[in-house]
Amino acid sequence: MSYYQVPIGPQHPAIKEAFQFNFILDGEVIVDVKPRLGFVHRGIEKGMELRTWVQGIFLAERICGICNVPHTTCYCLAVEKLYDIDVPERAKYLRIIINELNRIHSHLLWIGILGMELGFHTLFMYVWRDREKVMDLVEMISGNRVTPSMNCIGGVVYDITPEMIPIIKRNLDYLEERTKYYKSVLEEDPSIRARTVDVGVLSTEKALDLCAVGPTARASNVKSDVRFDDPYTLYDTIDFNLITYDTCDVWGRAMVRVDETLESISVVRQALDKMRPGPINVKVKRIPPVGEATARVEAPRGELLHYVKSDGKETPYRAKMRTPTMANIPSLCEMLKGYHIADIPAIVASIDPCYCCTERVIFIDPNRGEKWVWSYDELRNYSRKYYGVGV
Amino acid sequence: MAMIREVFKHLFKRPVTVKYPFEKTPIAERYRGKHEFYVDRCVGCGLCARECPALAIELVPSDKNVNGRIPVFYLDKCIFCGQCERICPRAAIRLTKFYELASPDRKTLVYSAG
Repeated sequence: MSYYQVPIGPQHPAIKEAFQFNFILDGEVIVDVKPRLGFVHRGIEKGMELRTWVQGIFLAERICGICNVPHTTCYCLAVEKLYDIDVPERAKYLRIIINELNRIHSHLLWIGILGMELGFHTLFMYVWRDREKVMDLVEMISGNRVTPSMNCIGGVVYDITPEMIPIIKRNLDYLEERTKYYKSVLEEDPSIRARTVDVGVLSTEKALDLCAVGPTARASNVKSDVRFDDPYTLYDTIDFNLITYDTCDVWGRAMVRVDETLESISVVRQALDKMRPGPINVKVKRIPPVGEATARVEAPRGELLHYVKSDGKETPYRAKMRTPTMANIPSLCEMLKGYHIADIPAIVASIDPCYCCTERVIFIDPNRGEKWVWSYDELRNYSRKYYGVGV
Repeated sequence: MAMIREVFKHLFKRPVTVKYPFEKTPIAERYRGKHEFYVDRCVGCGLCARECPALAIELVPSDKNVNGRIPVFYLDKCIFCGQCERICPRAAIRLTKFYELASPDRKTLVYSAG
C-alpha cells in the first residue's frame, strides 16, 4: 500500500511562528505525522544572557505576542526568588488582574480563530469586536493594548485607580454576557458541532502519557492547572473552578476555553474586591545574588516555565523557558492521526498553537511522481469545500 | 445558524470600525507614545541609555549639563516600554500620547532636544 507524504509548513508570514508537519496519508486519512521544529529560532535565551536583568523583562515579553503577560510574570517571579523578596499584596492582585485579562483576550481570540478555521467568519468578526473591550481595559490600565509592560522585578508598574474600577466592571459585565452568548453558539450551532465533535480525539491516558498541558489536557479530563497545583501570586485566596471536559475532542477544547473565560472574569472581579490600598512594588538592587530559580505560571495555552541562573553579574548567566505549545506538540501529532486532511486546520487550531503557520502544502504522489503545492489558504478553502461551508 | 438573529440585529447598525485618518478612537491617559525630552532637567547621567532594552537611546556630547551629554532617541528602534521614563531620576523624559510616527525616512525618527 502506498502512502502520500504531505509536508505542511514551515512558513507563514502572517502568524508568529513557523512549523512544519509531514503528513503520511492513506488517501484522505492521516496515518502518521512527523513534526519538525526550529524554523523560528530567534536566539532569545542567548539574548537574555546579553541583556541586563531589567531588559530581560522586555525581551521575555516579546517571546509571545498573545501571552506576553504570563511570560513577564513568570520571569519576574523567577528573578524575585533569586532576590528572595516578597512582592506587596496589592501587586500580587494586580498581577492576577492583568494575567486574567490577558487570558480573556487570548481565549476570545482563539474562539475567533476557531470560527475562521471552520469558515464561520461571522463568529470570528463578532468575537473579535467584543475582544476589543478587554484590549481597551489593558490599554487603560497600562497604556498599551497588547504588551502592557506591567510587571517589573519587585512588583508591578501601573496601579489601578479607584476611577478605573467601575469601567473595568462595566466592560466585564458586557464581556460576560457576550461570552455566555458565544458559549450557547458553540453548543448549539450545527455546523460548528459537525466540524468539532469527535474530531481530534485525545484520550485521557494519551494526554497523560504525552504530557499535554493547559486547555488541551483539561479537555481530555486531566485536572492540571498551575493556578491550583502550585498557586502563585495569591491565586489560592481566590475562589474559582478548574474546568475540565471529558469529550476529549476539538469541541471540548473550545468549551474549556469559553468556560475559562467566564471563570477569569469572576477572578478579575474578586481580585478587584480583595485589593487593599498599598505599595505596588518594592525597590530591588540592580544585580541579584548568586543562585538559580524556576517559576511556573499558567499561561492561556498551558503551563509555562522560566529558569534563571545568576552568577552575580549584571546579566543572567543562563535563562531558559519552556512554553506550552512545545509541550502540546506530541499530543497534537497524536490527535491528528486517523482524521482527514480537511480536519487539519480545526485540529491544529485546537491546541491554540503559537504557530499555525502552514503557508505551503506540497502534495507528493510517489506512484505518479506528481507534486503540487497548496498555500494555507487553499488548504483551508479545500477543507471548507469538503464540508460545504463558508466557501 | 445559531448566530442568524445576531446578524439581523446588526444589519442596520453602523459598522464598529472607524474611518481612521478622519476619525480617531480615544487614547488612554497612560498611553506610551513619542517621547518628550526636557533638556533643562537632564543631568546627563545616562541611565536611560543604559536601561533601554531596545538600544534606542544614544548619548551625544552636549554643553547643556555638567556631565556634558544628552540622550538622542531613535524612535524607529523604540519599543515604547516606558523604562526610560521610569528610570529617569529628574523626570526629564515623558512619553506623550502622540503615536502617528509612520514615516518613509527613518532619519526623521531621530528625536533630540537639539
